[in-house]
Amino acid sequence: MRPNIFVKDKVAVVGAGLTLFRRRLLETPRELAWEAARQALDSAGLTFDDIDCVVMGTAPDAFDGVHFNGEYFADVAGRNKPTVRVYVGGGTGVFVPIAAWWHVASGLCKTALAVAEEKMSPAHPHPQGVFAYIWDPILERPLGPNLIWIFAMEMRRYMHKCGATKEIIARVSVKNKRNALDHPAAQAAANITVDDVLRSELLVWPVNRLDISPVSDGAAAVVFASENEARRITDSPVWVEGIGFALDNTHWYNRELAYPRYVNYAARMAYKMAGIERPWREIDVAEPYDPFDYKELHHIEGLMLARPCEAPKLLEEDWFDRSGELPTSPSGGLLGVGNPIAAAGLMKVAEIFWQLRYEAGPRQVKKPVHYGLAQAWGDLMQVGTVIVLGN
Amino acid sequence: MAVEKPRRPGWVEPPGHYLKSREMYSLPGLVEYKPRARYLFSAGQAQSRFLRGLREGKILGTRCPRCGRVYVPPRMFCEYCHAPTTEWVELPGTGRVHTAVVSYIGTFRERREEPEIVGVIQLDAPGYVEGGYEFAGLFHRLCGVTPEDVMSGRAIGMRVRPRWRPPEERRGDVNDIECFEPIPEGEG
Repeated sequence: MRPNIFVKDKVAVVGAGLTLFRRRLLETPRELAWEAARQALDSAGLTFDDIDCVVMGTAPDAFDGVHFNGEYFADVAGRNKPTVRVYVGGGTGVFVPIAAWWHVASGLCKTALAVAEEKMSPAHPHPQGVFAYIWDPILERPLGPNLIWIFAMEMRRYMHKCGATKEIIARVSVKNKRNALDHPAAQAAANITVDDVLRSELLVWPVNRLDISPVSDGAAAVVFASENEARRITDSPVWVEGIGFALDNTHWYNRELAYPRYVNYAARMAYKMAGIERPWREIDVAEPYDPFDYKELHHIEGLMLARPCEAPKLLEEDWFDRSGELPTSPSGGLLGVGNPIAAAGLMKVAEIFWQLRYEAGPRQVKKPVHYGLAQAWGDLMQVGTVIVLGN
Repeated sequence: MAVEKPRRPGWVEPPGHYLKSREMYSLPGLVEYKPRARYLFSAGQAQSRFLRGLREGKILGTRCPRCGRVYVPPRMFCEYCHAPTTEWVELPGTGRVHTAVVSYIGTFRERREEPEIVGVIQLDAPGYVEGGYEFAGLFHRLCGVTPEDVMSGRAIGMRVRPRWRPPEERRGDVNDIECFEPIPEGEG
């Protein structure tokens, strides 16, 4: 590893916590955030007094039905600590740890708590209705769009450009739901076959029900510390080696949909900071964002972990299995563990942390791990957020 | 979907209490609330002119004087050069299908009786300088395209043109174009 010239303090991850991910949870957003934060602090052997700053994230307020939702669940921050909410749609989950990183890296805080919470179930009868308000009111809403359209269009384009079939893409869903069988928080873990995916309810061709991650409630938290603090807290800190984020424009219908350039820019930024020149060889385990099964392949290519259009071929060779050359979504990802939007991204970061500490238990990948990566994506096919961790 | 998971040593059940749908309805203190909010959105400088163009049966775009990119829907500034896009151009309206899908559900996930085909149309923009990754294009319905065309891939790359509503029905919104339809062989 080369010395990082970008920062004042090197930053480590020292603890992580999760709540259950479920379709409906009894707990309020506050309670969920507190549970996750408490777990993360406990795992690091810290108390709330040891935390200098708090960074939190949650996706559109409309799911919880409360504006200022970040502030609403910010009771975990309480007691007048510097607190900030960051938001980039679905990419929020990985943007929260990025923001926590710069709080510590800048020297502003010695320790920072990153919390992400999402409660989608209050939106009734289905959160799909809330997604209707993310579309452009002038040019898109009059056409009566459904959120799944945009993914289906991207998936169709990807299939066309890369010659990937629905059968191959469905294998991502099969792999991730199977991986999730070993995850205690998982909502949609299952042993299914490609046929099950293809025979599930057809929503928007080429997207079937099992191509999509479920609607979830849940929270995740991760504790960050500066180098000195981290060495005091733990013998096995996991270092933040690089971060990256990039935003493209909202006009998703003015762009080639088969390749996520914004993810690529974010990844290049993170690799440069981490001193990684050949990510396809140097990254040992990855958690690319997988709200839809094709998205995992799409992002693997954007992250340069495979060449454009190469991911479906590698998937067929079990390259991305837990025992494969480059395990992806060993946690089970959003397809298996669940998709409480912001919390799902932070869950991916937590998984990489556990993988790099060899604490993932039955989920631990077979190969030795040195560098891991988590990525999220969000807004209207717009934003890529990437974090690279190393042990 | 959720399955009974195997218990392993060291398996810590994360906190949280799952509710079944029926349990949710019988919760004490359950509050139902429907927000009432109404909005009037102005289309802005560039899009207002674009929408007036639609009423006249024209697809208008703006061109960046520096890099030559043509923007449809129009923007007041070039996203690459950050220069004002002062020049207006009329596009022929024809284009190619970039991607297309068959929707069996509506906005609120209700099942549709008839599937609807929607897609992205990459518009012909004479004089467009760049154009590998980004292009002038619209998101719209497709008609005269069958679900089989979409599934087999025949629809992608298909030459299409707008089917306009009759002038008296046009109101200056995207629905002034009824849909994009394939151009018959030998015509475009």
